[in-house]
Amino acid sequence: MKPTSHAFTDNARRALHDVTLQQALAKAGVGFVDKRRAVVSDLPEFDALRAAGRAIKDHTLANLDHYLLRFEQQVAANGGQVHWADTPEEACAAVLDICNRAGAKLIAKGKSMVGEEIAINDALEAAGLEVVETDLGEYIIQIAHEPPSHIIAPAVHKTRAQIARLFEDLHHQPGLTRPLETVPQIVDEARQILRDKFLSADVGITGANFLIAETGSTVIVTNEGNGDLSATLPRVHIVLASIEKVVPTLEDTSVLLRLLARSATGQEITSYTTFFTGPRRSEDADGPEQFHVVLVDNGRSRMLGGAYHEMLRCIRCGACLNHCPVYSAVGGHAYGWVYPGPMGAVLTPLMVGLDEGRPLPNASTLCGRCEEVCPMSIPLPKLLREHRRQEFERKLAAPRSRWALAAWAFCAQRPQFYRWVMRFGVVLLNKMSSGRGRFRSLPFAQGWTAARDLPAPQGDTFMAQWQRRKHHE
Amino acid sequence: MNNSRAAILGRISQALGHEAAADAPAVMQRVNDPARGPQPQWSETPRERFLAKLTKVAGTYAEVASDAEIVSAVTDYLAAQTLPPRLVVAPHPLLAGVVWPEDWQVERRRAQGDDRISLAVAFCGIAETGSLVLLSGPDSPTTLNFLPDDFLCLLPESRIVPRMEDAWALLRTERGSLPRATNLITGPSRTADVEQTIQLGAHGPRRLHVLLRAG
Repeated sequence: MKPTSHAFTDNARRALHDVTLQQALAKAGVGFVDKRRAVVSDLPEFDALRAAGRAIKDHTLANLDHYLLRFEQQVAANGGQVHWADTPEEACAAVLDICNRAGAKLIAKGKSMVGEEIAINDALEAAGLEVVETDLGEYIIQIAHEPPSHIIAPAVHKTRAQIARLFEDLHHQPGLTRPLETVPQIVDEARQILRDKFLSADVGITGANFLIAETGSTVIVTNEGNGDLSATLPRVHIVLASIEKVVPTLEDTSVLLRLLARSATGQEITSYTTFFTGPRRSEDADGPEQFHVVLVDNGRSRMLGGAYHEMLRCIRCGACLNHCPVYSAVGGHAYGWVYPGPMGAVLTPLMVGLDEGRPLPNASTLCGRCEEVCPMSIPLPKLLREHRRQEFERKLAAPRSRWALAAWAFCAQRPQFYRWVMRFGVVLLNKMSSGRGRFRSLPFAQGWTAARDLPAPQGDTFMAQWQRRKHHE
Repeated sequence: MNNSRAAILGRISQALGHEAAADAPAVMQRVNDPARGPQPQWSETPRERFLAKLTKVAGTYAEVASDAEIVSAVTDYLAAQTLPPRLVVAPHPLLAGVVWPEDWQVERRRAQGDDRISLAVAFCGIAETGSLVLLSGPDSPTTLNFLPDDFLCLLPESRIVPRMEDAWALLRTERGSLPRATNLITGPSRTADVEQTIQLGAHGPRRLHVLLRAG
């Protein structure tokens, strides 16, 4: 999809005034947070698992080339095939090639964020193939022609009424079927419609939460069962996965699984955790005849060992989105590309360029809640600050904010001068407020005063008060 | 595509400052002697824990004293759900000796789109999470686990292991390698994609019923 991250400010303003979106966000927000808190406090070993999970990822990243080779070897030993793709275009070409060789017409697709990243649906549809998203949330946004607004709950921005209307418009014949009202009715209708697609699809595409070097397996973590049907019924199974998904062993995967479900949906484990290892064996009664893994880089190998290295530990649980005050206020679409929230604000500028993604790292108070809940202890605020530093260095920000920052830096590096300026500012602002203690408006501060008063400084600067107190003691 | 492989691996190796090798010592040591992470602890027996967790995720169960009672347990289930006696059964040795009533329609095969009820056998159960582990193979077609509305699964009590890592240990000893599909199944299919409301029976089974066999 064409990113609109550069327009974050406008996107966010629109989102804040979208009454339906605000209703949907209000319903979703607290649910995720409360469920996660309950299930994490139920497990005394959570912190130990978190440390172990981080160590597993750090070890794997330090040996990433070895583990990828090992994984490739094991996939081949089980009769599967690994395809390497440097760019989204190469990844789409690889998938399309496999589909064409299989003479495919219909593709059943499970949820894959890498699939969104490389825009695989657009590529397949452009080549005349029919692609059906089979995860209910993904299906909803596919028929609404929208991108996902959350990495694990793609249709979280939609209300039940909106979904019912989408289904009625697409599936129903006017006057013949009764309108959809309840959640069970909606889910049942999707089940029936998509069942036929699973059964007639030629190719199934799924994502992967983990790739296991030890066994050559790809792992998906789901609740609906659509990923398993997509991987079992069609003749060909294609797995889309990015290179940082590899982990060494089944034991390592177990550690990460305990962290993932709890952090994502507040479950101890999802309904289905499946390990796919190669195509069907000669004596099997079902399963695909071909098993392909498309390994996507798309900038990740360039992150290795650099300033954003730690982002490669991300397991895509979405906890940082759920706990982010900015995401909770504006939803995922405002971020303008595939990955929203704090993890998206780090990844988007790296994948679509800092010029395009520049507003995202700035749309944060750096409150640190994301880092607190991240199961992989990724220092998201630090990485957001790094983007801001790059932005300043490359002179991408507006001249006024760059000058203001440069002026502040000049003062901050000269403590005596800084104190003098502060003292002057405090006295000046105090005088300007004429004893009211607050400003209704102030030049250069409309951004603040448009919505609330700005408190005026009272008395003296902190340093002056500190000196006085020390003197008294 | 080969160029991409070389380019990706080359960049990684350069960033890490070493030569890529599938049999690098750090890798071989780790995969040959897989270490367990922190193990969650609890006080119940594996059986108690398994059943408590299974029930929590809306799974149901019946206790079966011996193989001879499998038919009556299934009969009870069909009666409770008012279902017709038409089953697709896994061609599994543990079910081979079951004598189904003559007026029942029982087929031993993979599942198809319109099959309503299936019965399979779990490789083992995991007490920690109340999960069933099913291994694809001629005696356990994967479609049985996902296509029918009602999924029944036989689990011998002795096959309940404490944790996921114990299932891997069992798998390595008894099978040596992973089958095409290893399914960890915890409760029936569910979705929360419509307004975060949990709804069972999204695409997979609407109900999951475990036949817990003594011994």
